[in-house]
Amino acid sequence: MDLSVGLSTRDLNLWYGDFQALKNVNLNIRAGIITGLIGPSGCGKTTLLRCFNRINERYGNVTTTGEIKIFGKNIYDADVSLIELRKTVGMVFQRPNPLPISVYENIVFGLRIHSGKQNLQRSATDATVEEALTAVGLWKDLHNNLKAKATTLQLEQQQKLCIARLLPLKPRLILMDEPCSALDVEATRHIEELMLSLAGQYTILIVTHNMAQARRVSEECIFMLMGELIEHNSTVDMFISPQDRRTADYIEGRLG
Amino acid sequence: MKGRTRFESIKEWLIERIIWICGVSSILFVFAIFFFVFREGSAFLFRGFKPVEFFTSIEWYPTSQSHVRYGALALILGTFSVTTLAMLIAIPFGLGAAIYISEFCSARVRETVKIIIELLAAIPSVVWGFIGLTIMNSLIIRLFHAPIGLTMLNGGIILALMSVPIVVSIGEDALKAVPDSYREAAIAMGCTRWQLVYRVLLPAARNGLLAAVLLGIGRGIGETMAVLMATGHSIRIPTSLLDPVRTLTATIAAELGEAAVHSDHYQVLFIIGILLFMITFIINLTADLIVKGIRKQ
Repeated sequence: MDLSVGLSTRDLNLWYGDFQALKNVNLNIRAGIITGLIGPSGCGKTTLLRCFNRINERYGNVTTTGEIKIFGKNIYDADVSLIELRKTVGMVFQRPNPLPISVYENIVFGLRIHSGKQNLQRSATDATVEEALTAVGLWKDLHNNLKAKATTLQLEQQQKLCIARLLPLKPRLILMDEPCSALDVEATRHIEELMLSLAGQYTILIVTHNMAQARRVSEECIFMLMGELIEHNSTVDMFISPQDRRTADYIEGRLG
Repeated sequence: MKGRTRFESIKEWLIERIIWICGVSSILFVFAIFFFVFREGSAFLFRGFKPVEFFTSIEWYPTSQSHVRYGALALILGTFSVTTLAMLIAIPFGLGAAIYISEFCSARVRETVKIIIELLAAIPSVVWGFIGLTIMNSLIIRLFHAPIGLTMLNGGIILALMSVPIVVSIGEDALKAVPDSYREAAIAMGCTRWQLVYRVLLPAARNGLLAAVLLGIGRGIGETMAVLMATGHSIRIPTSLLDPVRTLTATIAAELGEAAVHSDHYQVLFIIGILLFMITFIINLTADLIVKGIRKQ
């Protein structure tokens, strides 16, 4: 088993009812880098992303076949606990979705739901909050305002908070579903800088509509079309000399 | 562009007026009801009415030949005990059902259960009274070896069953109004379903859930026919669940037809009406203030 592979799929197929959204997807994603998932709307990139923490299964009519291994473990094995899986695999959504509780409680939320103990040591949670907020660059702005309701923050701060709240659980993989599509240019730049600072420590997979963003942040890129994986290459190679004609069409704006 | 015809401007004006009337009529009706209820009771309120006796005595003898007394304490306590008992049953049950319907069951079960709960809400209160009078009555006699089954327990259970649909449907609306993004956020962090409910949904929906509870209480205090039939209608301060009680509403319903119009008795019944009106007014006002207070935080 190649240790540098963080995530791999074998013959992954997925149907929403009768509609096949993923077709025989096989991929190996390297650990510790940012991988971009690109493709036109409806190509299945978000669906693929949502397989990796099995949050797709919220909607009853989803059928999946094949295998997904995250750090060597097939997440469809019967002994896999969804709770543990989602602790290892964090997710950031398109629209910032902090919970309607305080900034502090948002950060500690993961610890509270995953620790069997009802009462966490206050000093420990304080340290966790400071560490997580520092990691995303919010500590300076918010350390006097930890009791503020998270939903009242600016969108950029909300999205950073949504990233920060994953960190106390020490996830190995972070999934990001168009994390900047609700943000302005300046905020997007800050989130991208944050992603680059987190890469290495975490394996990051980002779905994006924005090809320029994929170029800026990702080391490798995956191009998908109609539920199929068309090309997986280093970002530099993909944007300079795409192997597949359809990739070239998309990158150069003739498709999508 | 052609100018508007005279007919069109009149039509526009007329429609605006009609909509305005629809809007303000509710205010008008509330004030009118309060005014008429107050007017019917007011003459006695300022003449022979003894508030101390009314609120502290349990001696309700409105038709006594020798010594008429209007002590409503037992009636007030009757209303509060039956309503409290009903809410002790209806709130956990109703909120539990709302949580089940909105978060735990499949879409098909949800539709079925919702239709049935709406049916439950549509049952006329006199039919509930029937059930109290016959089925519940004999059930309580058999289970508790009580001499009579028309008791506070009977009325409380019937009233609870009547309030549950309100608590469920408003509670479910409140839970449904919680944005799905909160659910996804929590689930993606590895919440169990129950953690999702008590850590995220209940706090997020607390305003709506509070409204559900208060409307349930309002329903309980105002309900008349079912409690009249199920509670045994005897004037006393209840000391056990198996005591018969009488409520404020049931007293009005039972006695108003027999009281001579504008007699003291008739007017006292209207004073009870004013009291009920004020209680529900205070409940609604508190609900409003609490909800607004929460919103401001």
